[in-house]
Amino acid sequence: MQVLQVLVSGIAQGCIYGLIALGFVLIYKATETVSFAQGELMMLGAFLALALLAVPGFHFWLTVLATIAAMALFGILLERIVIRPILGQPAFSIVMLTIGIGYVARGAITMIPGAGTDTHTLAVPYRDAVVTLGGVVFAVEHLAVIAATAALSALLYLMFRYSKVGVAMQAVSQNQLAAYYMGIPVKRLNGLVWGLAAAVAAAAGLLLAPITFVYANMGFIGLKAFPAAVVGGFGSLPGAIVGGLIIGVVESLSGFFLPEGFKDVAAYVVVLAMLMLRPNGLFGEKLAKKV
Amino acid sequence: MRFIFKTRYDQDIDLVKHGGQRFWYSVLALALVIAPWALPDYWLAQLTFILIYGIVGLGLMLLAGFTGLFSLGHGAFLGVGAYTQAVLASMGWPFPLSLAVTIVLSAAVGAVVGMPALRVKGIYLAIATLAFGFIVEEVLARWESVTGGNAGKVVPSLDLFGWKADGAASFYLVCLACAVLSTLVVLNLLRTSTGRAFVAIRDSEISAQSMGIHLARYKTTSFMISAALAGVGGALYAHQIRFLSPDQFGILQSIDLLLMVVIGGLGSIHGAFLGAAFLITMPQLITLGKDLLPSAIGQATGLQSVVYGLVLIAFVLFEPLGMYGRWLKVRTWFQLFPFYRRGLFRRQKAFQKSDRLR
Repeated sequence: MQVLQVLVSGIAQGCIYGLIALGFVLIYKATETVSFAQGELMMLGAFLALALLAVPGFHFWLTVLATIAAMALFGILLERIVIRPILGQPAFSIVMLTIGIGYVARGAITMIPGAGTDTHTLAVPYRDAVVTLGGVVFAVEHLAVIAATAALSALLYLMFRYSKVGVAMQAVSQNQLAAYYMGIPVKRLNGLVWGLAAAVAAAAGLLLAPITFVYANMGFIGLKAFPAAVVGGFGSLPGAIVGGLIIGVVESLSGFFLPEGFKDVAAYVVVLAMLMLRPNGLFGEKLAKKV
Repeated sequence: MRFIFKTRYDQDIDLVKHGGQRFWYSVLALALVIAPWALPDYWLAQLTFILIYGIVGLGLMLLAGFTGLFSLGHGAFLGVGAYTQAVLASMGWPFPLSLAVTIVLSAAVGAVVGMPALRVKGIYLAIATLAFGFIVEEVLARWESVTGGNAGKVVPSLDLFGWKADGAASFYLVCLACAVLSTLVVLNLLRTSTGRAFVAIRDSEISAQSMGIHLARYKTTSFMISAALAGVGGALYAHQIRFLSPDQFGILQSIDLLLMVVIGGLGSIHGAFLGAAFLITMPQLITLGKDLLPSAIGQATGLQSVVYGLVLIAFVLFEPLGMYGRWLKVRTWFQLFPFYRRGLFRRQKAFQKSDRLR
């Protein structure tokens, strides 16, 4: 029975990894760059929600909407101001750039007087509630994460399948030049992709906040989302969620069955094994260069 | 404007190109040698750190700047070097012997990490090295019988066959010797066919392969040499800092090292040392500047990482060639004096270059 609880908390944690990994994959597919600031965007989202709840005293659900919208806007601005000028440079300059953005975000949050260095709890309506199903106790926080991730995935699926913007984004990710010739505004779409990634990160932050806490270094969880993205195959959206689930479950089970210390490295052992055996990930497509 | 007339073939591969360089490098060498007598102890310690980080930077520069393989786990190599040295030194081994073992061990670890590098590229490699870095950090923390775990490990002072380098000045001179030797090794390596193969791999793997360069062998070699240099740096770091704990060799250290080579200037030996100087002096400058700022900003703990981040962003946006690149531009401006054109160092945009099909 305890195993079942561990499993559910692992799945919940995995959903968070999956959501952050989703951000990586969205950006990677659209612009072929990897954003190391995804975890920090999540942290910013959580802090923004905290501020909105405390200062203007917004209602919880209004806060959720406002946070996600604001972070989406922030992502779009970020792309416009710092990322776009160096598109076309080697991929690693953009990686360094996003690392720099991460530094600034973390430092800026720490600098907020009185609140930046502390650990906060986000007051969610379902805090500390539990559900008992057949003798097993589940925390509502975990179930909420799982449900929200499922809903978000469905929403994204519908968007990419049916909406005009979603289809255009797919076209851009497959071939930028051809998409451009078809009249798709590639640059604007790239901005939207960054906005979408930031919004997903903010959602992940809101979901994670009740489970852990809100603090300036919570963005480091983004480093565990990389293994999730790689396990799923870096270019695949469903792969990101599946990879996140795998990492989360492996992590929580190894924390339960294996000696102390294995939990922290489980994700990285999995990703190294994956890179050795199947470098393209579970859902990744194998591409070879034509010469 | 200086014109170099080459009258011998040897001039093509000379380390110093002309008399001016010879003069300025001699001045630098002289200044570095007399530094222990001219500088106060505090600044001497900072200079020692610059030399140590410079050695590590040389290794990472060789890997990232000359072979084009980016590693997010270099802090782990530093850690392997530091702990090996700490363990051997506390067993009473003399420095040259323990340094040799450190180099061999770090290179071996580098070869192991280099293995995934043969199959994965670009961002996958960065993630593989990142994963490796986390695993090493965890091993350092858990293997308590050897490393002392999270409680830390005290390192005895450097022992050179009975002569103890326990003062700031004597240890500085040891570091200087190591730094000069490492620089010469790397400079000479870059003149050999191995070094040219590295650069060829960086510029285009497919062309390099077509020219008969064995990718797997050279990439592993690059990883090994890079890890060995990081190991040397780690060994000196252990003696300088005197107290090791696993969290000194985590992801933040790795990112700092990467930041160092990017800010110094990828693809230049000078860049490694310029970057090291930046990394070490920046916190001092921030401390100095703190008092000038309003206390709400100046005394905040996050100031340092904000400054680091902004500098990094500024360099990537405006000066991708780093500090050395900026220096080259300034020098060219003076050499060409009224004829410097803005487009002289213009970067080429490569929109067609796709990582997906490689």
